[in-house]
Amino acid sequence: MSETVFADEIVTNALVRYLDLPLRAGRFALITLDNGHDHTKPNTFGPGGLAALDAALDAVAAADDLVGVGITGKPFIFAVGADLTGVPLIRSREDAYAIAKGGHDVFRRLGELSVPTFAFVNGAALGGGLEVALHCTYRAVSSGASMIGLPECFLGMLPGWGGAYLLPNLIGANDAVTVVIENALNQNRMLAGKAAHALGIFDAIFEPADFLEQSLAWAASVLTSVTEVPRPEPDKGDGWDAAVARGRAIVDGRLHGAAPAPYRALELIDAARHRTRDEGFAAEDEALAGLLMTDELRASLYSFDLVQKRARRPVGAPPRELARPVSKVGIVGAGLMASQLGLLFARRLEVPVVLTDVDSARLEKGVAYVHAEIDKLQSKGRITPDKASRLRGLVTGSPSKDVFADADFVIEAVFEEMKVKQQVFAEVEAVVADTCVLATNTSSLSVSEMARGLRYPERVVGFHFFNPVAVLPLLEVVRGEQTDDATLATAFAVGKALKKSCVLVKDAPAFVVNRLLARFLGEVSKAADEGTPIEVADSALAPLGLPMTPFVLLQLVGPAVALHSAEVMQEAFPDRFSVSENLRRLVAAGKPGIYVWPEGKPVVDPDLAELFHAGTTELTADEVRQRALTALAQEIQLMLDDGVVAEPQDIDLCMLLGAGWPFHLGGITPYLDRTGISVQVTGHRFLPRGVADLPPA
Amino acid sequence: MPRTVRDVVFVDGVRTPIGKAGPAGMYAETRADDLVIKCIRELLRRNPALPPGRIDDVAIAATTQIGDQGLTIGRTASLLAGLPISVPGYAIDRMCAGAMTAVTTTASGIAFGAYDVVIAGGVEHMGRHPMAEGIDPNPRIIAEGLIDQSAVVMGQTAENLHDRFPHLTKERADAFAVASQERLAKAYADGAIQADLVPVAIRSTKQGWSLASADQAPRPGTTMEALAGLKTPFRPHGKVTAGNSAGLNDGATACILAAEDVATELGLPIRMRLVAYAFAGVEPEMMGVGPIPATEKALAKAGLSIEDIDLFEINEAFAVQVLAFLDHFGIADDDPRVNPFGGAIAVGHPLASSGVRLMTQLARHLEANPQVRYGMTTMCIGIGMGGTVIWENPHWAGAEEVVQA
Repeated sequence: MSETVFADEIVTNALVRYLDLPLRAGRFALITLDNGHDHTKPNTFGPGGLAALDAALDAVAAADDLVGVGITGKPFIFAVGADLTGVPLIRSREDAYAIAKGGHDVFRRLGELSVPTFAFVNGAALGGGLEVALHCTYRAVSSGASMIGLPECFLGMLPGWGGAYLLPNLIGANDAVTVVIENALNQNRMLAGKAAHALGIFDAIFEPADFLEQSLAWAASVLTSVTEVPRPEPDKGDGWDAAVARGRAIVDGRLHGAAPAPYRALELIDAARHRTRDEGFAAEDEALAGLLMTDELRASLYSFDLVQKRARRPVGAPPRELARPVSKVGIVGAGLMASQLGLLFARRLEVPVVLTDVDSARLEKGVAYVHAEIDKLQSKGRITPDKASRLRGLVTGSPSKDVFADADFVIEAVFEEMKVKQQVFAEVEAVVADTCVLATNTSSLSVSEMARGLRYPERVVGFHFFNPVAVLPLLEVVRGEQTDDATLATAFAVGKALKKSCVLVKDAPAFVVNRLLARFLGEVSKAADEGTPIEVADSALAPLGLPMTPFVLLQLVGPAVALHSAEVMQEAFPDRFSVSENLRRLVAAGKPGIYVWPEGKPVVDPDLAELFHAGTTELTADEVRQRALTALAQEIQLMLDDGVVAEPQDIDLCMLLGAGWPFHLGGITPYLDRTGISVQVTGHRFLPRGVADLPPA
Repeated sequence: MPRTVRDVVFVDGVRTPIGKAGPAGMYAETRADDLVIKCIRELLRRNPALPPGRIDDVAIAATTQIGDQGLTIGRTASLLAGLPISVPGYAIDRMCAGAMTAVTTTASGIAFGAYDVVIAGGVEHMGRHPMAEGIDPNPRIIAEGLIDQSAVVMGQTAENLHDRFPHLTKERADAFAVASQERLAKAYADGAIQADLVPVAIRSTKQGWSLASADQAPRPGTTMEALAGLKTPFRPHGKVTAGNSAGLNDGATACILAAEDVATELGLPIRMRLVAYAFAGVEPEMMGVGPIPATEKALAKAGLSIEDIDLFEINEAFAVQVLAFLDHFGIADDDPRVNPFGGAIAVGHPLASSGVRLMTQLARHLEANPQVRYGMTTMCIGIGMGGTVIWENPHWAGAEEVVQA
């Protein structure tokens, strides 16, 4: 395998020391995994790390006076998996296979030494790190460890260094499906030590204060047969079948067949009950090698990199030092969105948050909603009574905007109409300090226009959240024509404090996410309006594995909002955006959407037969998809040309974090590239080969 | 009505293995507070009959109370050890006798009725916190000649002792040191030392994790010849060497003390009973004689004489200072009742922790010798002091005889 692929590897060393166990149990070798950095650079396994572990195992295998071998990590970290930084450079299936087999060749030795092995998992153990522990004869975990799991399916891979075979054979298929499939596909939910121990992944659990001492004492008692470690045989019959079926239902529900990795993982879990170690590992090698050579995996790694790195260091943000401190926040409006924002600001910034509204009933309801949410958090034990009391005191309502006099940041979430928002800003400006940031949560109106007429328009900024605010991390930070750097820096700082992922966007209609969704939804509606059956049009995008179909999204957003958005976009770009008359009729009839759910499955509302006037041009699903994707590619290129965002990576980040589009699409541009659509539409790719797909062979 | 004074008992004591100070020490990358935490947790594990919430205070001594030996270590260590928030703690210092003072102070609280059960102990990581780290002596000390220059260097005070007592020769000091090493080696061979140790996980960033389960400093097989050739770093052609003194060390100790009736109520072991204690000051430059006046004072308070004491744990900061004590009280250099397991010369002296090591070992001696009624722990202390605690053997076979008589 090419050495240059992992030239920058931070090698995890495998240090070996020998010690005498308590209880006079005998001589023990203890391997410490440590890459020489602190917990901010956790241990991973690249070729160098595997070679180091291999050498350590050579040393302990050669020692003839040992009763056992243990392996542990550095403070807070056991190991968090394979080193993925070199994966984008892998060009051939041979190289991919070598990585798969290379990991097995080393890790499996932990289960094949002449003495028992013990994993002392003192901290984070993910992916290959957890697989190291699974290969050992026995496992202990610290109750202080909080990041345990096999997240490979989340990234388009699978636990191919032993996990897919060893875990179900250890804890049964159902719990293995929970870990490998369900948790991984659920935004990479990880286990804490206690939960992992309860599942049977670990044989013993000890507190962090003296974890290693207690683990070694336990190892001594196991080796001297004072302690027995039961290994109940898992149900390899119906229970196993049911688990695999459950896994398949979860994957289908989430991906609809759009990405291969979890399906391959389920096949391996299914077959693990019959296979020998050699067969199981060989099957993993093949499966992992295959997945490493998929575009979906490359796009997933690209996505992961975006949400880990670019999301935390927004491109184009002004220097952090320019940000002004925010010690009081005002919110104009007390509707549902404003109330959600009130709760978010209070919880994260822990500063006074005052809501105002012209409608006193709505104001009372809004503040009451926030307090009720705080009560809920307290009763669930998420916050202490003292903290709840503090937060309740922070969030208040006032009919008068005078309370904003000492606010540093005021955000409006009022009715989506320019005149209303301009009026609000004028009233607020009359009260606040000159440098108080005025932020707007508008989803479609011009920030620059909203600032016109103010004495200090430079302190206006767009601050666009996504619903539900508690779930979607994206925050579109919109620079108006006159927005100054200090205001922008403050907006980014507040966004970060709110734990949102900020993306800098130019003041263009509907910014990024809503513009692309509108274009996308528009094409699908148009096909239905022109005569394509609704079911055909709506399921045309199924190969993408989006979180919901376009018409279900329409229903979620609400047809009135979608109509308003379409009207705004038509006005801005009449040659590309249109308003569907069917949608108008839907809204006029007060319908919540296209579908009803009489028995839990969506069916087209029979009432629509009257409202919906369709043409006679029927497209196939493929044609609908082609049109929708072509439109997306066109729109994205126009946005990039116009500088709405800096790069395709920002478009992708927005779709990942604001629309919940899946990792395996890379957001969207990698998918458009690899299906050839971007070249068709614009004459070129959005991203170079190999960045989010397979490099040229 | 005058208060009733309660009897105080020593329930249990543990210590970490003692390491050598410095970069080659096994605890070079281990925090001092972590050493204390291991001791506290081990005490609770060994005494499951003690509900942790019954502990009324945690007194931990350290001489240099900064960094990982600061932050009111008795409180922080007990929180980190997992004791309930309701258990308070504090830090205390009397240099070498820190842990001893933690014991006497909390014991007084028990006797007064303020406490039922306490944890007392000490720690010193001399590798991270050499003696005199961060000190700022008052200029009057020199100006008014309050403390002699040589008082600040413990080894020089030992040389001063040789001056005062010329019959305490280097040969006698070396012979005592050889015996200390031999006795410790035998105690290890008998498994007597291991019983009091709590193993500590130790890290080396270069070599990885391991487990410390034995003292690092002992040099079994030490000979007179080897000691004779050692340098005398405190005075040219002097008598005090690294071989006949305790080294610089890292380690921690902790013990449980309780009111006797509470120990009985909870079903806790009663391993020693506190009789009396005393501290006394001496010329700082002669700090080694400190145990003598302290012992006289304690014996007087107890209404006892030295003949009543049949087992001794005396800290071996320097062989000459032990010999000065033995000489004064007419006890032979090689008396088997003195430091039966060897002492600090062999095992090490992490300053503030040693007092409880002496007590833990004395408890073992008393258990093994029911014919003995009284034992003593005593130590010299920097800046010229001595401290002595007299203990009674709860297993004393003569108890029934006294009652009957």
